[in-house]
Amino acid sequence: MVATVHIDVVSAEESIFSGEAEFVVAPAQMGEVGIYPRHAPMITSIKPGALRIKLADKNEEQLIYISGGILEVQPGIITVLADTAIRGHDLDEAQANAAKKAAEEAMKNRASDVDYAKAQAEFVEAIAQIQAIEKLRKKH
Amino acid sequence: MAGSKEIRTKIKSVENTRKITKAMEMVAASKMRKAQERMRQARPYAEKIRNVAAHLSYAKSEYKHPFLVKKDQVKNIGLIVVTSDKGLCGGLNTNVLRMSVNQMKQWESQGKKIQVSALGNKGFGFMTRINANVKSHITGLGDTPHVEKLIGAIKVMLDAYINHEIDQLFICYTKFINTMKQEPVVDQLLPLAGEKIGSPEGPWDYIYEPDAQMVIDQLLTRYIESLIYHGVTENMASEQSARMVAMKSASDNAKNVIDELKLIYNKARQAAITKEISEIVGGAAAVA
Repeated sequence: MVATVHIDVVSAEESIFSGEAEFVVAPAQMGEVGIYPRHAPMITSIKPGALRIKLADKNEEQLIYISGGILEVQPGIITVLADTAIRGHDLDEAQANAAKKAAEEAMKNRASDVDYAKAQAEFVEAIAQIQAIEKLRKKH
Repeated sequence: MAGSKEIRTKIKSVENTRKITKAMEMVAASKMRKAQERMRQARPYAEKIRNVAAHLSYAKSEYKHPFLVKKDQVKNIGLIVVTSDKGLCGGLNTNVLRMSVNQMKQWESQGKKIQVSALGNKGFGFMTRINANVKSHITGLGDTPHVEKLIGAIKVMLDAYINHEIDQLFICYTKFINTMKQEPVVDQLLPLAGEKIGSPEGPWDYIYEPDAQMVIDQLLTRYIESLIYHGVTENMASEQSARMVAMKSASDNAKNVIDELKLIYNKARQAAITKEISEIVGGAAAVA
């Protein structure tokens, strides 16, 4: 019997995954982190990328693509608070500006820098998706 | 047969209205089930994030986030008003708006200034009509609210809080109690206090990566967003069930009107027949 850790992957809109795992790899802000059961308490933000979960009692890995969020680790439980969308300071700012502008009904066109930030975020997401797919291919 | 044609047309038109209200009732019923499901699905995230936030606020971290610090003097207040985009849902929006206006009056009488963020078309229209200070608004959320759509309007308010433009943030929405009962409520969002934070199971500090401040900033923003998202989903479930009830009573009412009109129509018809018979009998008697 291998030691296992409970993992919950939830987003604001739905619960994505819940189960027992032997080993979890997450794309943390400072680089990938691997977590075994009874890890020290840790909180870190995660980048867009693939979450790899080695399921207990099964010889396979579950791959979950997430677009960023927060990872909380406690000795017996791992919680991934996944974002539902790509987030970034520029993007949030852009959305806030858009909401503000709509309220003021200002008609200034500042689309160009907003689009740039969005394109960059989409680019990062696309790369992460490709990486996730490559990892999947290697397995099969 | 005076008026019988008019009555027939009237019956037809009421019947058509009833068909529409009946269809809307059924659509609202199915949408309500979905909205309730969404409410349920959003719960684990809110609970998890609440737990983590509880740990953070009690952990012996040296960093105190502005969201957690209570301000001594409250001069400016932010209010997020959640309403529906569409009408025909009974007194739902009226109740929410009445509640927020009462609250605003109270704050104004205490000399506090109010900034409003309106989520939903009805609230936005109303707030602009009464000349409230609308800082941001979002309309056209559709049937499935997405967190992405809310971020902008929320960030305007959170930025205002961080920049000391507002000292407290409240949200006013309709709480879904059950299909028949929805209640408007005003909840305090910022500063985070009381049951919204809860207490952790054990005192320990985390390893923060990259650093405590950044993680806490990110987490608390998400937490507020999830609270507002929760309000929006509750409001949406309330909207659909209120619409369902309103449309049900409209259909019932239409049925009563049709029954009454049918009675009048039949009476008119019978009167006409009786008249005709007595005329024929009278005519025959005159000939014989």
